[in-house]
Amino acid sequence: MNGFMQWANETMFLWKALIILVIFAITLGIAAYSTWAERKVAGYIQDRSGPNRAGWGGLLQPLADAGKMFFKEDFIPAQADKWLFILGPCLSMLTALMSSAVVPFGDSFLIDGKTVTVQAIEINIGILYVFGVVSLGVYGVMIGGWASNNKFSLLGAIRAASQNISYELAMGMSIIAILMLSGSLSLRTIVEQQHGFLNWNVFYQPLGCLIFIVCAFAECNRTPFDLPECETELVGGYHTEYSSMKLGFYLFAEYINMFASSAVTACLFFGGYNYPFMDNVQAALNSGLGQTVGHNVGTAIGILVMFSKILFGIFFFMWVRWTVPRFRYDQLMNLGWKGLIPLAVVNMIITAVSMLSGYKLAIGMWVGLIVFVVILSVVWAMRPRKKAAILGA
Amino acid sequence: MQLTNRAKKTDKSELSLFERSYLPSLATGLGITIRHFFMKKPTIQYPEQKRYLGPVFRGHHILKRDEEGRERCTACGLCAVACPAEAISMVAQERKKGEEHLYREEKYAAVYEINMLRCIFCGLCEEACPKQAVYLRHDQFVPVFTEREDVIYGKDKLVEDPNNRYRRDAWTKEDAMKLWKNNA
Repeated sequence: MNGFMQWANETMFLWKALIILVIFAITLGIAAYSTWAERKVAGYIQDRSGPNRAGWGGLLQPLADAGKMFFKEDFIPAQADKWLFILGPCLSMLTALMSSAVVPFGDSFLIDGKTVTVQAIEINIGILYVFGVVSLGVYGVMIGGWASNNKFSLLGAIRAASQNISYELAMGMSIIAILMLSGSLSLRTIVEQQHGFLNWNVFYQPLGCLIFIVCAFAECNRTPFDLPECETELVGGYHTEYSSMKLGFYLFAEYINMFASSAVTACLFFGGYNYPFMDNVQAALNSGLGQTVGHNVGTAIGILVMFSKILFGIFFFMWVRWTVPRFRYDQLMNLGWKGLIPLAVVNMIITAVSMLSGYKLAIGMWVGLIVFVVILSVVWAMRPRKKAAILGA
Repeated sequence: MQLTNRAKKTDKSELSLFERSYLPSLATGLGITIRHFFMKKPTIQYPEQKRYLGPVFRGHHILKRDEEGRERCTACGLCAVACPAEAISMVAQERKKGEEHLYREEKYAAVYEINMLRCIFCGLCEEACPKQAVYLRHDQFVPVFTEREDVIYGKDKLVEDPNNRYRRDAWTKEDAMKLWKNNA
């Protein structure tokens, strides 16, 4: 027992456990309220007012929805593979929840002279972990769709699988450019390198950021890439046969994925918990409140900044959902394979050249991008064109 | 051939490289949706807020009284005949001596019932009535009922309260238009 206490004291076991629990709870809470926010945003964009009856401004709506989900009949089709049918939503939920484990939500708290980082697990291969977990996520959809023993579900599952694989490539390649800049796979290191405002990766990697965001949409199966569950063609897609809380898990997993991908996007491109003039704020806090308290308050502000970035990311997901209509499947594949992957390669090359050129990195990146656009438009103007068909000929 | 000026010529020319990147149209679209996000919502929060339905709205039935407070209905049964849903039924009775202050003519409806499950609020009873006795109020709905017993509306619910007389806001088309304009 003594040994355990000592070990717990040394590793700050309790604080870590607390942070993990809090992050878990916040993830679930934000995901639950994303369902409310989605309907509210949808309403506002369509000039309606959205749910506003359950509680003030409809704030109890997620609870009502969850209650409804629980009391629905939990149906398993006779011809379905029972265990896989149950495993599908569980896997989806599990992988969705796991991906936020390595995201640094804030700098660190100083407690009893010890440093507790605001992050569930600090591993030096953070991005790799995120990618691994995210690509596992498609198994939930795939298994659920297949186990339903329904053609629509299977089609949805196949679409999900091929879509996720296609877009993971471009996503990975856009990340490689970031890794070249940072020289580290650790999300914390990447965030720390974006100190302040002008160091945010989005200013160095505008193209990479665009590719990453588009791919994040595809990975989360969100509109305009929500083909796996597209109602107009596939009834409900992979979750056609699901009901009750199993369906709830699938829908919930989607919102958790949105949260996680917003968090990762914020970390990789928008500076995580860094914000403009943070050094000045920190200095003022330190002189006003003393080193320890000042540092902790500064960290708290950083956490708030991080969460506002995440929430804006989630809002952006919704904003796009009610703006852009769904792609056709061939358009989706064209965009992924013929558009984003070549662009990601170009982005990598530009990054590499500007790093090796010896000029300031930001200048090199932007000059490289402009050169690329110029070359592309010249090639575009010179491309062989089909002769216009002459009417009546 | 051009019939109206509303037709828009679509631009079928080839897209430029910039346009083909989807980004400009995407930005325009996002701009439009965010503008709508901050727009004032036209929603009327129904049970709390009610909008004016106009002077010709057909709501709750009413059996009018005349200027001296006597019931106008003579139980002729024309409304029941006109009713396409056969919702109206009545029992006629002769007026006795001493009831002249209650009923306008020698015959009156002792029972006058409307089945609100059958009624379709078409207003044909109102049109059929030769004594200007039955009207559909423009300012009041038939309330929600949940019991079978509440479905039949008898004279207790239909006859006009002499202390709270019903007046229609507008009778002519011109008056109605004026009202609409004021309430819009």
